[in-house]
Amino acid sequence: MAKHKTPLLDQLESGPWPSFVSDIKLECENRAKNEKGVEFQIPADCPEDLLGVLELSYVDGETHWKHGGIVGVFGYGGGVIGRYCDQPEMFPGVAHFHTIRVNQPSGKYYTTEFLRQLCDLWEFRGSGLTNMHGATGDIVFIGTTTPQLEEIFFELTHNLNTDLGGSGSNLRTPATCLGMSRCEYACYDTQALCFNLTNEYQDELHRPAFPYKFKFKFDGCPNGCVASIARSDFSVIGTWRDEIRIDQEAVAGYVGGELAPNAGAHAGRDWGKFDIQKEVIDLCPSECMCYEDGKLSINDKECVRCMHCINTMPRALRIGNDRGASIFVGAKAPILDGAQMGSLLVPFVKVDAGNDYQEIKDIVEGIWDLWMEEGKNRERLGETMKRMGFQKIIEAAGVPFDVRQVQEPRTNPYIFWKAEDVEGGWDRDIVEYRKRHQQ
Amino acid sequence: MAFISSGYNPEKPMENRITDIGPREYKEFLPPIIEKNFGKWLYHEILEPGLLMHKAESGDEVYTVRCGGARLMSVTHIREICDIADKFCDGHLRFTTRNNIEFMVDSLDKAKELKKFLNEQKFAGGSYKYPVGGTGAGVTNIVHTQGWVHCHTPATDASGTVKATMDVVFEEFQNMRLPAPVRISMACCLNMCGAVHCSDIAILGIHRKPPMIDHKVLDNICEVPLAVAACPTGAIRPTKVEIDGKSYKSVAVKEERCMFCGNCYTMCPAMPLSDKEGDGVALMVGGKISNRITKPAFSKVVVPFIPNEPPRWPTMTKVIKQILDAYAEDARKYERLGDWANRIGWERFFEKCGLEFTEHLIDDFRDPAYYTWRQTTQFKF
Ligand code: HEM
Ligand code: HEM
Ligand code: HEM
Ligand code: SF4
Ligand code: SF4
Ligand code: SF4
Ligand code: SF4
Repeated sequence: MAKHKTPLLDQLESGPWPSFVSDIKLECENRAKNEKGVEFQIPADCPEDLLGVLELSYVDGETHWKHGGIVGVFGYGGGVIGRYCDQPEMFPGVAHFHTIRVNQPSGKYYTTEFLRQLCDLWEFRGSGLTNMHGATGDIVFIGTTTPQLEEIFFELTHNLNTDLGGSGSNLRTPATCLGMSRCEYACYDTQALCFNLTNEYQDELHRPAFPYKFKFKFDGCPNGCVASIARSDFSVIGTWRDEIRIDQEAVAGYVGGELAPNAGAHAGRDWGKFDIQKEVIDLCPSECMCYEDGKLSINDKECVRCMHCINTMPRALRIGNDRGASIFVGAKAPILDGAQMGSLLVPFVKVDAGNDYQEIKDIVEGIWDLWMEEGKNRERLGETMKRMGFQKIIEAAGVPFDVRQVQEPRTNPYIFWKAEDVEGGWDRDIVEYRKRHQQ
Repeated sequence: MAFISSGYNPEKPMENRITDIGPREYKEFLPPIIEKNFGKWLYHEILEPGLLMHKAESGDEVYTVRCGGARLMSVTHIREICDIADKFCDGHLRFTTRNNIEFMVDSLDKAKELKKFLNEQKFAGGSYKYPVGGTGAGVTNIVHTQGWVHCHTPATDASGTVKATMDVVFEEFQNMRLPAPVRISMACCLNMCGAVHCSDIAILGIHRKPPMIDHKVLDNICEVPLAVAACPTGAIRPTKVEIDGKSYKSVAVKEERCMFCGNCYTMCPAMPLSDKEGDGVALMVGGKISNRITKPAFSKVVVPFIPNEPPRWPTMTKVIKQILDAYAEDARKYERLGDWANRIGWERFFEKCGLEFTEHLIDDFRDPAYYTWRQTTQFKF
């Protein structure tokens, strides 16, 4: 018997898409039955109260959660988000209901053994409700009480050999696409780089010392499956600078209709026979392709590596061999001055595990030094860049200025020359000047 | 409910403390076939909706079955997912960026059997547990934020709006018949934790009333300078108010400057802004992330406000369907929603989608606004 009546939420149980309401109800039932005899460390019926307070929000059209109160584990400034209900008498099970972010493994592969350990811990010491995963990428545990925080952290680090993620003004949990593990487009090992940088910067991740949050995301190619160019202050996107590898036989296979174009991605509608001229050559943004006498050629020097032709004919075309990554900085959501995409900082860098990625780390640290010095409180890197000028960031990163860093050169001539840019500097003698010009 | 210690000693927090160990190494979790062919993949094919085959240089083939789900999931549900992975995939699985679950097997027969099995599993309420789909030129799972389930500043619910939307576009999740992929995202307030600003279709919770000020409470609990500093538009200033002859230290809000972001409420619980009439959703369209053919792009606001209509937000889902249908009908193959709108012109977009253009859709926020006004004689009647 449900603790609270939830007539509105019940309407979200029908329809084809998996219902979170049905799922929470299942958890309520299982906790009530408690067949395994778990000694729940927070109220067993907290999922019931979560449904109750959510139903109340559906009636009121207003949230019933408060922020307020800093909670966390000793020595860390992030990873836990305090959360309190504003109707604690009605819903005591969720009166204190904090979030814990757990750092996910790169690429989000799991063994069931590890997942079950996480489940056991979270059933025992928390609500049994999670987000798989939060928007940044973490495993998100929704809802526990303050006394359980240290206990959960202790168990995570001692028994599960894993750590918390980030929150607050620190490095947020880095995230990556699945990269080379299962994608033929990956131009570098995104998972390895993500894992390496996450470990290198544990201090920055756990102890907020930045003006505001900072995110790393890693995409293996310009398709951008983890959206790094839109969602991370430091975005590493795989690319190549030699030739797209062409298998002419397979091209003929696509033209002849033996191979399904787009790896089958458009198979649900009859778009007519595949037309290589119309669907590939004419859509190439740099107009650098040509199909003549049954032969496809690409003027690779002009190719901007948009991925279209490769996505369309994956069995015929493959990424080049001289692979590496481009680095973009400063993406952010719209608050405050408007959304920003990442801006191209480094057109090409080799992603070199042998060197422990030192070249990339030098760039990261150069940027952090400047941002920590000059960034205002709650100013994302993208905003600092806008305020100070991109040149400052490029200098701080220690990389060369490059025409690729701009879409087009500036349209105003208001150049902030510095004294050292100008022959003879700025110190001049007015007396000398007056010798040439009368007052 | 007796307290059971993990071994942690509150008297000596540093005793045996382990910190800064980072996440588990991903290599521990790779299925053997993935580990073996790591970095040596030749090509892939989507054999049918939700079923992918990746071919390696070694000749190995791995078959992936992708299924959707609510990202809010219970441990009961996760354990059931584990049971499936144990039964079919030797105890391995993965989650995608957009909250889908991927099961990997080594033969097409197993993949088909698994797909059938997944499509048969239902919740007591009737919905699918593991609908297979989310591949190719269709709609995949919606990425979203917390909403009324667990945040203090939402202007709408996240899980509910997502469920209602996915129910309405479900056929597109299980098909690949759109001109290009359509990515839908949802964030429940302007802060956009989910960063929905580059989605083909974005659902965004918005408030429309400035915060109320609970002066008597504020004096006791609010760090006034923090609340002042939290406001992105500088709308808050410290002040003194007189109530029943008593003077309180408080704040004043210059209401015409408020952008309804809720940051003040994060800092100061005496400044709530949620409101049943004031709150609702805006719809934004035409953003993209990938560099395919055209550049990544931001989403644009095309519907400034739709009231909250829990539990199923019928007006909102109707408008989303309208936009999706107009796009599916009119766009060219490979054209993302925003590319289509750019090609036909936004004046046509509003016409074809049956949307009304209002003053609220003309940007007036700081410098970038100018670049969105029309500075050419080229437009369509
Ligand atoms: C001052 C502005 C902001 C405030 C007050 C704020 C507050 C919050 C809170 C309280 C949560 C946790 C909700 C919960 O799990 O209980 C959260 C989650 C999150 N925030 Fe923010 N946030 C702000 C701005 C942003 C911005 C600008 C971004 C993105 C660039 C962002 C990204 C995230 C992400 C990714 C999550 C996880 C969301 C999820 O997976 O549900 N936040 N934020
Ligand atoms: C045929 C070319 C493509 C292939 C082989 C491909 C491959 C993949 C793979 C392997 C994933 C799972 C990644 C992960 O979860 O870490 C993925 C997810 C994703 N990709 Fe792509 N991708 C392609 C094209 C694109 C394009 C053109 C876009 C954007 C228009 C795109 C956007 C995304 C997004 C948003 C996701 C998350 C989807 C989800 O989790 O359900 N991809 N893609
Ligand atoms: C030291 C600063 C400046 C000097 C020496 C200067 C000098 C001149 C000169 C010599 C002309 C041509 C006048 C003519 O046709 O006989 C001119 C035109 C003009 N100036 Fe400036 N100017 C200065 C600053 C500015 C500024 C700050 C602005 C705008 C805010 C401005 C706007 C214009 C405009 C609009 C014209 C007319 C251009 C046209 O022919 O369409 N000028 N200026
Ligand atoms: S970003 Fe590129 S490399 Fe990474 S999964 Fe997507 S298509 Fe593959
Ligand atoms: S990757 Fe893009 S730019 Fe390069 S040849 Fe192919 S379609 Fe043209
Ligand atoms: S988008 Fe806003 S309301 Fe939603 S979780 Fe983030 S801060 Fe909370
Ligand atoms: S809601 Fe945002 S803009 Fe309005 S007063 Fe509060 S902090 Fe300022």
